[in-house]
Amino acid sequence: MSLMKRMAMIFKAKANKAVDRMEDPRETLDYSYQRQLELLQKVRRGVADVATSRKRLELQINQLEQQADKLESQGRQALAAGREDLAREALTRRSGVHQQLADLQGQYTNLQAEEEKLTTASQRLQAKIEAFRTKKETIKATYTAAEAQTKINEAFSGVSEEMSDVGLAVQRAEDKTLQMQARAGAIDELISSGVLDDASGTAKDDIAAELDRMSSSSEVELELARMKKELTGGAAPKEIGSAEDGAQAGLGEAQPAEREETR
Amino acid sequence: MIVRIMGEGQYQIDDGDVEALNALDSALTAAIDSGDETAFQTALSALLDKVRAAGTALPDDTLEPSDAVLPGADAALSDVVAMLGDEGLVPG
Repeated sequence: MSLMKRMAMIFKAKANKAVDRMEDPRETLDYSYQRQLELLQKVRRGVADVATSRKRLELQINQLEQQADKLESQGRQALAAGREDLAREALTRRSGVHQQLADLQGQYTNLQAEEEKLTTASQRLQAKIEAFRTKKETIKATYTAAEAQTKINEAFSGVSEEMSDVGLAVQRAEDKTLQMQARAGAIDELISSGVLDDASGTAKDDIAAELDRMSSSSEVELELARMKKELTGGAAPKEIGSAEDGAQAGLGEAQPAEREETR
Repeated sequence: MIVRIMGEGQYQIDDGDVEALNALDSALTAAIDSGDETAFQTALSALLDKVRAAGTALPDDTLEPSDAVLPGADAALSDVVAMLGDEGLVPG
C-alpha cells in the first residue's frame, strides 16, 4: 500500500480507538475537548522551553565572542612585548573558541526554526480547538442519538489527526531542547572552570598570568631603580654609622669616596 | 482529496492531480523499501513540493480528516520506518 495511505490509516486508527472507548457520544466530545486543551498547554510550554534554550545559547555565544576578542588582544599584547610564542598560543586558543562558536551558531539556527514551527503548530491547533468547541456545542444542542455518532466521529477525527501531528512535533522539540540543555550545561561548566576562560578575568588563564608576570617584573625593575635613586640621594648618609652588615658596609665605603671627591 | 504534511498542515488536492501524486508516492514507497536514505529524501521532497504546488492550503479551523498523510520535510527514513512499524510513536 502507498505510504500516504498507510500513514493516514495509522492516524485514523488512533482516532477510532479513542472514540470506541466512549459509551455516550457526548462524553467523547467533552473528553476530547479536554485532551485538546491539555495538548495546547503542552505545546505552549514546549514553545517556552525552546525559547529559554535559545536565549541561553545566545548568552553563551556572547560570552564566547568576548573570549575570542580577549584572546586576540592578549595576542597583540604578547607580540608587542616581543613574546611571539605567547601570541601564537593566544591565537591558537582563539581559533578553538571560534570552532565552538560556529557549532553553537548552527544549533542556534536549528532552535530558532524549531521555535517557529512550534509556534505555528500551536496557532493551528488553537484554531482547530476553537472550531471543535463550536461544533461540539451545536451537536449537543441538536442531539439525536442516531445522527450524533457520525457527526461526532467527523469532528473528532479531524481534530484528533491534528493532535497526533502536533503531539509528535512537541515530542521532537522536547527531545531537542533536552539535548541542547545538556550541551549548554557542559559549556557553562567549561566557561566557569576557566578552560575556555571567562572574559571577567576572575579565573585567570596562563596567558594572562604570563602577561601579568611580564608587566609586573618590569614594574619591579622600575621600583628597584626608584629605590636605588632614593638610596643614592639624601637619605643614605644617615645610615652609615649604624650599618654593621656587608651590604651597608659596602655602601659606606662608596659614600666616603664620593665625599672625598666633593671636598 | 485532502493531504496532510506533518508539521505543516492540510492541503486540498484536485482530482486531476492525484494521479501525479500517486506516481511520486510509489517512488517514495520504493525508496523506503530499499532503505536508501538519499533516494528517500529526494522522493519525499519531490512529493512534498508537488503537494504544496498543486494543493490549496486548508484554513486552520477546518475539521476534516485527511485522506493521505505525509511525513514532514525534515523526517529521516528511520523516523518513517519507526512510525509505520510502531503505532505507539503517534501519540493518542
